[in-house]
Amino acid sequence: MGDDPSRSADANAGGPVVTTSHSRAAGGGVPPTPLDGPPLGGGGGLPRKARFSMETGFRGLSTAAGAMVLVIIIAIAIFLVSKAVPALNANTENFLSYKTWFPNDAEPKFGIAALAFGTVLTSVIALLVAVPIALGIALFLSHYAPKRLATPLGFVIDLLAAVPSVVFGLWGRDVFLNPVRDFSVWLNTYFGWVPIFGGDGPFGRSILLGSLVLAIMVLPIVTSLSREVFQQTPAMNEEAALALGATKWEMIRTTVLPYGKPGVIAAVMLGLGRALGETIALALTLGTVFEISFNVIENGGNSIAANIANTFGEANATGRGALIASGLVLFAITLVVNMAARAIIYRRREFRDSAA
Amino acid sequence: MSLLEKTPTGVGMTPDNIRARKLSVVVNIGVAVLAVLLSAAIVLGAGIGNWVLVIVVAAALYLVGLYAAASQVEGRRAARDRIWKALIYSACLLAILPLASVVWTLISKGVERLDGNFFSTSMNNIGARDPMGGAYHAIIGTLEQVGLATLMAVPLGVLGAIYLVEYGRGRFALTVRFFVDVMTGIPSIVAGLFVLAFWVLIVSPWFNNGTPRFSGFAASLALTVLMLPTIVRSTEEMLRLVPGPLREGAYALGVPQWKTILRVVLPTALPGIVTGIMLAVARAAGETAPVLLVAGGAAAINMDPFGGPQSSLALYVYQQAGDASRYAPARAWTAALTLVVLVLVLTIAAKLLARRNQLSR
Amino acid sequence: MAKRIEASNVSSYYGSFKAIDGISMTVEPKTITALIGPSGCGKSTFLRSINRMHEVLPGARIEGRLTIDDQNIYDSDVDVTAVRRMIGMVFQRPNPFPTMSIYENVVAGLKLNGVKKKSLLDDAAERSLKAANLWDEVKDRLNRPGAGLSGGQQQRLCIARTIAVEPQVVLMDEPCSALDPISTLAIEDLMFKLKDRFTIIIVTHNMQQAARVSDRTGFFSIDKTGEPGRLIEYDDTQKIFSNPTEKKTEDYITGRFG
Repeated sequence: MGDDPSRSADANAGGPVVTTSHSRAAGGGVPPTPLDGPPLGGGGGLPRKARFSMETGFRGLSTAAGAMVLVIIIAIAIFLVSKAVPALNANTENFLSYKTWFPNDAEPKFGIAALAFGTVLTSVIALLVAVPIALGIALFLSHYAPKRLATPLGFVIDLLAAVPSVVFGLWGRDVFLNPVRDFSVWLNTYFGWVPIFGGDGPFGRSILLGSLVLAIMVLPIVTSLSREVFQQTPAMNEEAALALGATKWEMIRTTVLPYGKPGVIAAVMLGLGRALGETIALALTLGTVFEISFNVIENGGNSIAANIANTFGEANATGRGALIASGLVLFAITLVVNMAARAIIYRRREFRDSAA
Repeated sequence: MSLLEKTPTGVGMTPDNIRARKLSVVVNIGVAVLAVLLSAAIVLGAGIGNWVLVIVVAAALYLVGLYAAASQVEGRRAARDRIWKALIYSACLLAILPLASVVWTLISKGVERLDGNFFSTSMNNIGARDPMGGAYHAIIGTLEQVGLATLMAVPLGVLGAIYLVEYGRGRFALTVRFFVDVMTGIPSIVAGLFVLAFWVLIVSPWFNNGTPRFSGFAASLALTVLMLPTIVRSTEEMLRLVPGPLREGAYALGVPQWKTILRVVLPTALPGIVTGIMLAVARAAGETAPVLLVAGGAAAINMDPFGGPQSSLALYVYQQAGDASRYAPARAWTAALTLVVLVLVLTIAAKLLARRNQLSR
Repeated sequence: MAKRIEASNVSSYYGSFKAIDGISMTVEPKTITALIGPSGCGKSTFLRSINRMHEVLPGARIEGRLTIDDQNIYDSDVDVTAVRRMIGMVFQRPNPFPTMSIYENVVAGLKLNGVKKKSLLDDAAERSLKAANLWDEVKDRLNRPGAGLSGGQQQRLCIARTIAVEPQVVLMDEPCSALDPISTLAIEDLMFKLKDRFTIIIVTHNMQQAARVSDRTGFFSIDKTGEPGRLIEYDDTQKIFSNPTEKKTEDYITGRFG
């Protein structure tokens, strides 16, 4: 029953003042008939604010929903830490510097070093490959391709961004493995003297394969977001550059790229976040070796998330705790990346906001 | 005016020097042919690679040659313009190859097991030498888990967004918004680990005589954690697009704020909100990692998401990918195709809905 | 330095739509020419055709001859970027580059053209800002964002940016329509000052402005929507506003139409 306007004098909390005594006018053309019952406006004096009403109820409900986000985050932290600590206490090696993963033994030995290294290395290589290409495609779609081609192509890219990662992982293992193996052998033959291409094989299920699959997976995401940003460049700024005698590329360099920079950074960081947290695609393509090595073509490589997926099945209580601890490290890494992205975007704000 | 008359920069153009020579198409093609020939001679002559390397080297040589020729004829600026254009076009070609390969493999390998049996049977009692077996149980699992997750995440997410846009003021709202951002960055496997620690290992034993129990519901909890921030974000964006005068108009009629939100603001923003929700659902449907950790991945049909292990399509793909049976890859690809179709239908519907949205940025 | 512009039988199209039809006019060096007429009559299209900005829009093309000192700028061997450097343009809404400071905005065109020496750039920036009557207002905050200035200042910044590359002709597309009266006056003063050095063509909706600033005035009109715009009358400003030859011009000037 709280929908009586007279009861909701606090409705003005976030908006303009509501003059409750005139609410009758809302009827629109119906003449006031004060004898038909209590007037909507609340009779003689100004209505009192009700203590409980739909308004307070609804406000409370939505505030609770907002607070739920905090609750979940705190719960994640508490429960992960509470499960990780016993395992970390049982660990007989240094968690941060030890490289292999035997948490299920009677004397659990496990460390995050090799896993964290693999996680960061695969993600960084993936982005180094994907970002230039993604920006190229984004520019093609926003400024080079004729509209008739750009619209459907952009749509396809958006769709590819939605394809689940397990599909890319499966493709990487069943299809992409062979060309990458041939390429690795070729690299090893002619560039074997470069440490990252050295080794005696076998090749294939390597950091290279994992990184490239990640790159292909991240590509549509970064492309789709960057394209959107590039398209938002004000046309009048582009025209200003052209009117100064800029070539098309110079126009892009002076207006489109600087304007889109914060958005592109955000897109890249989102891609990096996806790559760091990617589980299945890497679980299917990496060679699962606990080593810190920059050799990208030999069978090997591992990542925190892939390790969780691969070893979860046979983990005992300590093993699960150890995996949860590694998950905490992964969470921390992604958190740092997100914060860094936000810091970069905020720093560029001055120039952006005054442009509005 | 004396200051104006000086022109020390020397960039001014006059009608006498606006004409420029252009690189003719013949030269362009000539450079390309030369690059291919030279590349073939180097690569095949020295025997260091096959036709793939010939193409790669030829492309590199062509770009260098084009730049050199264009600099000679048209000048540095025009040459740079040409080169960047060429690089941007090559980026497209380069990316299309693997992406097209993914799509082609998905379709060509996916249709192999696209039969009635696949959609009507489970993997129960299917041995390594058994060519049949299907994903019925996994499809049921995906639908139930994603459905439950949507039921939980949508009210929570939309209400949370309403709080942020309509009620949230001051420190607390800023904190909530900040943590929504943090939550967006949670890797899906961490969400899975959270539900594993919280629900499967701690809460579920209370209902199951003290032993932890995997369930579809646990998976939907993890998916909720993943969907929630996306839904809050997209809904918030849509609510902010609702013009202020619309709200003020309602307030001026004496309509209380909650009613204004439910009757005026939400309906106006609805298409956009639904689009955001559908995209979140599509993403959740494709998640493998959290389901792998908490759903258990049963081979048999289990209709009850609260009782015992379930599978899901994404998890099914992963399980079949790891299966040694020679019939497993076909099942994996068909399940992947099914999953992609499901996700794409949702995504396309969401995009079409977004196009009809009247509120726009 | 400033050059004579001659348009003969220029028609512009957007795809299949013909926006202007057969415009012929001659603009003398170091004069201000105003183009007036009702909305949609093609005066902006004609202006954009003069420095080949028209063709930036997809599907846009042009017929006819447009020469500057007898050089047809639409010849196939003419470098578009050189044309645009020779014929600068100021747009309707002030459009400083949002990511650049005031200083960077002014020298943007020079940097594009390969001027790297700091002293040259500093000189040019000061010279252009002074010429645009903006130096005194911004000399202490050259490194602040250009978009932080007021509308009128932004427009003068855009003019400074345009004249920094030392064009021969400056085109202005309703440069004051987004500005308040005081800023408008500042820009008009500036036009008088620039007239000594540049040929200026200005499109304006404001007839008082055309009467105040220009030496010659061209009146564009359309018969009805969907028809291409035509040049109705082109003469000394004084004559157009006091004793126009064409009935249509008189109707428009006296406010009976458009």
